[in-house]
This record gives sequence, C-alpha cells and structure tokens, in this order.
Amino acid sequence: MMKTTTEMSSLKDTMLRLYEEHRSAIFGNDNDVMTGRRESAMASFRKTGFPHKKLENWRNTDISGIIDLPYHYYFRPTFKKGIDLKRIFQCNIPNLQTDMVSQLNGWYISENGPLKKERNGVIVGSLEAVRREFPDLIAKHYGRYARDEKNGFVALNNAFAQDGVFILVPDNVKVTAPIQLVNIIHHDRNIFVQNHNLIILGKNSSLQLVQCDDSIDQQRSLVNTVTEIFLDENASLDHYKLQNKNDQSALINAVFFHLEKDATLSTNAITLNGGLIRNDHDVKFAGENGKADIMGLYLVDKTQHADNQVFVDHTVPNCHSNELFKGILDDSARGVFNGHVLVRPGAQKTDARQNNKNILLTDKAVINTKPFLEIYADDVKCSHGASIGQMDEEAMFYLRARGIGVDNARLLLMYAFAAEVINYIKIEALKTRVDDMVKKRLRGELSICDQCVLHCSTMEKPVQFDIDMSKI
Amino acid sequence: MMLTIKNLHVEIEGKEIIRGLDLEIKAGEVHAIMGPNGTGKSTLANVIAGKEGIYKVTEGEIIYKGMNLLEMPVEVRAREGIFLGFQYPVEIPGVSITNFMRTAINEIRQYKGLEQISAGDFLKKMEKAKKLVEIQSKLTNRSVNEGFSGGEKKKNEIFQMAMLEPELAILDETDSGLDIDALKIVANGVNTLRSKDNAIIVITHYQRLLDYIVPDFVHVLFNGRIVKSGGKELALQLEEKGYDWLKEEAQP
Repeated sequence: MMKTTTEMSSLKDTMLRLYEEHRSAIFGNDNDVMTGRRESAMASFRKTGFPHKKLENWRNTDISGIIDLPYHYYFRPTFKKGIDLKRIFQCNIPNLQTDMVSQLNGWYISENGPLKKERNGVIVGSLEAVRREFPDLIAKHYGRYARDEKNGFVALNNAFAQDGVFILVPDNVKVTAPIQLVNIIHHDRNIFVQNHNLIILGKNSSLQLVQCDDSIDQQRSLVNTVTEIFLDENASLDHYKLQNKNDQSALINAVFFHLEKDATLSTNAITLNGGLIRNDHDVKFAGENGKADIMGLYLVDKTQHADNQVFVDHTVPNCHSNELFKGILDDSARGVFNGHVLVRPGAQKTDARQNNKNILLTDKAVINTKPFLEIYADDVKCSHGASIGQMDEEAMFYLRARGIGVDNARLLLMYAFAAEVINYIKIEALKTRVDDMVKKRLRGELSICDQCVLHCSTMEKPVQFDIDMSKI
Repeated sequence: MMLTIKNLHVEIEGKEIIRGLDLEIKAGEVHAIMGPNGTGKSTLANVIAGKEGIYKVTEGEIIYKGMNLLEMPVEVRAREGIFLGFQYPVEIPGVSITNFMRTAINEIRQYKGLEQISAGDFLKKMEKAKKLVEIQSKLTNRSVNEGFSGGEKKKNEIFQMAMLEPELAILDETDSGLDIDALKIVANGVNTLRSKDNAIIVITHYQRLLDYIVPDFVHVLFNGRIVKSGGKELALQLEEKGYDWLKEEAQP
C-alpha cells in the first residue's frame, strides 16, 4: 500500500515533498487541463502554505495544533474492493428515502461500479472514474469555482485530490429522491484525507443533496474537503451539511456554489459535534435573478470549535442573498462567524441580508462574529446584524412562573432558538431527525454515543423528550 | 388563611420599596390593591410570584397555604397554585402557546403526582379557555406573545390563567392598555374563573376595572405600606378624591 507518514518535518514541507514523489499516483487519470490546474494550485500552496492566525479569515481559528500532528497520507484507497460498508455504518434516518453515495476516508465506495448512469441521464460516480470517462466535463468545471489563491487548504486540495463524488443532473431533470453523500472517517491511525466533490446541475434541473460528515473512530484525523457545485440557468438546489464528528477530529470544509441566471440555492450547515470544524460557504452570483438562502446552526460544547465563513459575491444585478447563522455555545466552546457580502460595481438592486445570533451558556464560551458588507453599488438593499446573549432572564422567569422547571425552561428556549434554522429544512424526514438530534444534543445526550449518531450502526432508542414539541 | 404577609420589607438596589406590609387573604376573596405609581404594587406582585435578581426581602414573611413562600423556587410556587398575570407579558419567539401550555400543565401535573394530560383533554380545555377570552385559534399556534397587540397579550394572560386554574392569581395592571371592549372581555374571563376555592389580587391604578371585577376588599398602597383598607366603596372614594387625602393621612 502506498502511504507515507507526515512526521519529522512541517506538514507544508511534507506535502510539497509528497507531491513531487507521488506525481504519477496523483496525476493518474488527468488530462492536460486538470494537470495544469493541479500545478497552479500547488504553486499557490507553495506560496501561501497553511493558513495562520495573521490572516483575517483565520484570526480566530488556530490550526497550528492540527498541522503539527503526524498523519498518514494515502494515495490509494484504504480498503479492499467489495468492502461491505453496512458492517461499519448504517444510515439511520427513519423514512428518509435517499440514494446514498458513500466515501470511506475520502475514497468513493462503488457498490455498482464506479459510475452509475440513471435512465433519466443522471450520473453519479467517483471523481476518479469521471476523470477518465468525461475529461471534457472535468476540464470545463473542475477547479473552476474553488478559488485557491487565498486559502491554502483549498489550494492543497485542488492539487492533491484524487477522488470524491461526481454528480451530473442533465438539463430539465428534476431528481425526486434526495441524494445523500456520506464521508465516513474510519481508520486505526490519524489520517489526512483530501476529497473533492463536483456537482453539476443543468438548466432547469433540481436536486436535493444531503452531505454528511461523520467519524466512527476516535482518531485525530484531518479532513480537507472541497465541494464545487455548479447551478446552470434556473437550476434549483436544496443542500444540507450535517456534521457530527468526534471531539478530536478536524474538518476543513469548503463549498463553492456558482449560480447562473435565475438559479436558486438553499444551503443549511448543521454542526452537532466535532473537534474543530471550519466551513467555508462561498456563493457566487454569475447571472441575474439568483437567489440564495445560506443558513447554519452550530451547537458546540466542551472545547469544540466551530467556524463558519460565508462569502457571497454579487457580481450582477437583481440577486437576493439571505444569511442566517445561529449558535449555542456551552462550556469552553468557541465559535466564529464571518459573513462577507461583496456587492460589485453595477450589481444594482442587490438584496443581501446577514444575521448571526448566538447564545453563550457559560462565561468561558466564546464567539467571534463579524457580519461584513462591502458595497460598490448605490441602489441596493443590504442589512446585517449579530447578537450575542445569555439566556433571556425575563423569558426564563415567564416560563418558570407558569410552573416549568429551570431545566425544561432552558431547553424550551434553546430549542426555540435553534428551531428557526431547523424549520428551513424541506426534507420532512430529515427535519424530524435533525429536530430529534438537536433536542438530544441540547439535553447533553448526544455525547453519550461515542459513535456518530446520525447514522451509527448501534440502534439508539427513540428520543423521548419531556417537552412534547409536536404540534397538536 | 390562604396567604398571610407579615411586616414585609423589600429593597431594590438598596432602596426600600416595601416598608412593612401586612395583608391577609382567604380563599374565595378578591382583593384590589390600588395606589399611585412607584408605591410598590408591582414589586409586591413580583415578590409573591418569586422573581429573583433585583428584589431583596430584608424583613418579614409570606405564608402561603401554611408554607414559607419565600423559600420556594418560582416554578414550585406556580405548581402550588400561584399565578402572576404580567403587566408586560414577555415575547418568546419559537415557543408556541400550545407547547408552552402543555409543558406547563404537564409539569404541574407531574408535581402533583398525576399523569400527563391526554391530547383530547388538553384540546378541550384549550377550546374552553379560548372561548372565555375570545381569542382566535390562529393565535394559539403562534409564538408566545410574539407580535401580539397590547390587548392580545393581556387576553393571553387570562387565557393562561384559565388553562392553569390557579388558587391565587395576582393580576398586575391587567387593565393597562386595554380599550373598553377588551377590558370587558378580560373582566368577564376573570369573573368566570372566580370561585369559592380561589383568591384573586387585582392590582390597578384605576377604578374603571373594578366596575367589572368587583372586589371584596380594596387596599391603598402608598410609600410601601397599606395606608387604608376598605370595601369596594373605597375605590369609588379614590376615584372622586384622588390619593392626596390619603397621603396626608399617611404622614406620621
């Protein structure tokens, strides 16, 4: 097996060396365009290296402890062909009918071959196989949206990534069942994983996509994922990210959305657990009348760290973006929100909203929030806001004065706070499940399950919530 | 005796607001507490309900159904039958009135060793309470008090009172901000809930409310003390003469 450890020298130096030493493995199925992109990404990484705290977008997220660790890096899948994924992992969302596409340690798991072509023309498969079969598609889209000049992690991913998931929805096709992408990290050592997903939505097409990141071990692995999503004219994407990782893990996750004319995006990142989670949400309006809801919820405790960076690029007129991120931070947890809306010259009639709200449950919990508007057009509607608060004492008194005990009153208020984001989930079964998980999380019961809860193979008991939240 | 307050002294940030207050209330009675602004009416209501933070009881005691009320947490007081109708009801986005009430009723029932209320019984109870204060169904599906008008908020307080069936209800300026129609509805609700087993304390500035909720006793609170008590005719006297004659009487 081709692998190497990253010990003994800095991770940057090691990666530079690995790139040279493993060129044939990395470049395997590349065409010239792709190789070119790798080389320029590597040049960019060579220059920037890993991010550090002096960079504005990394000021509040310290990754020095993460890049100091030794990792194992693999240039071949870490498992044998024909692996039975169900033995280690099962999706456990009742009534959720999805087409599940899995990656184990960043490598595509092919149950029915590396490339599946549906009757309606939808293609789902491994990026590795697509590089071979559809070099033109790759040339057109790969690395086009994942801008790497400013983000060392994205550059490194663009240079190294060998596999990931590829989805193509042809023009005019509305995919009925949601597609679920699961990346499971399961290894007996600390590994460094870099996968790269590419999703292409044709004109007038629509897709629901659920992207899950889970770990089912207790290793201190580092995952650096880049996902590029292209929405052609009038395409519609309903996108979810669910993150439930162990307390030691680090997940660096960047999603780049490119919206052509009349495209509609809704994306919702729900962070339930994880050691260090960094989400970069990058939305670019390239055509008029685009619409994007960019939402997130992070519930962190202990020493967990959740960082959401949003960059919305209004390059054209008449687009609408709406950001809503909410967080509840307990113990010594830290949160970061950085929302950057750029309205370029000429992007008139832009409607951009930003909102970040936080509840800090202890004196030690920290949130750094920075909603930020950069506007170069004069006929726009933009708003931003951020709030940081403790539990509302007046509301607590009101609930308790009706006989509700302190614990349930707190829970009721925290749940109500989180529900604003959960209510945006349009897939009913997913909403019910996330709802249950959030309640469990708020009751402090999620950490009991060391494994992932969203899809763990140990069957959990149905959630019993003292407060019956169901509507009568 | 349901409630006995003896020589109560309460401070807010070092300033004495209630200065030796005595009051006795029996089941079946309606007491009105009147008085000018800033004399301690709301402080008294909040101290009985158990609001923490700014209120500091420096002397005296409150005995409720034989228990030392001041030692009981807010929610236990509520479960034992104390209800505060808020002067300024709090908005709680994201919590529907239905969930709020169901949670409250079930916690109270659990405290009393009773089973959870069935969905059917809860619905019936809610329909009845809604009718009582003439609130529309769409209101109960909304978040608690969020975006409610002043009148809706006050009706919602009486709705909650009907749902929770308290033994001792304290209505803190429930009439403020109500037009005459809403006032009649609220008063009618309170009168319907009035029984020989429960007691009600009505706190108000104005005689107007007492035309509709007729009290058994009227007390005038001034400078942190009850300076005059009487029957319902005292309220009329106040309406006519104002508070000044009592202020003079109250001077030592």
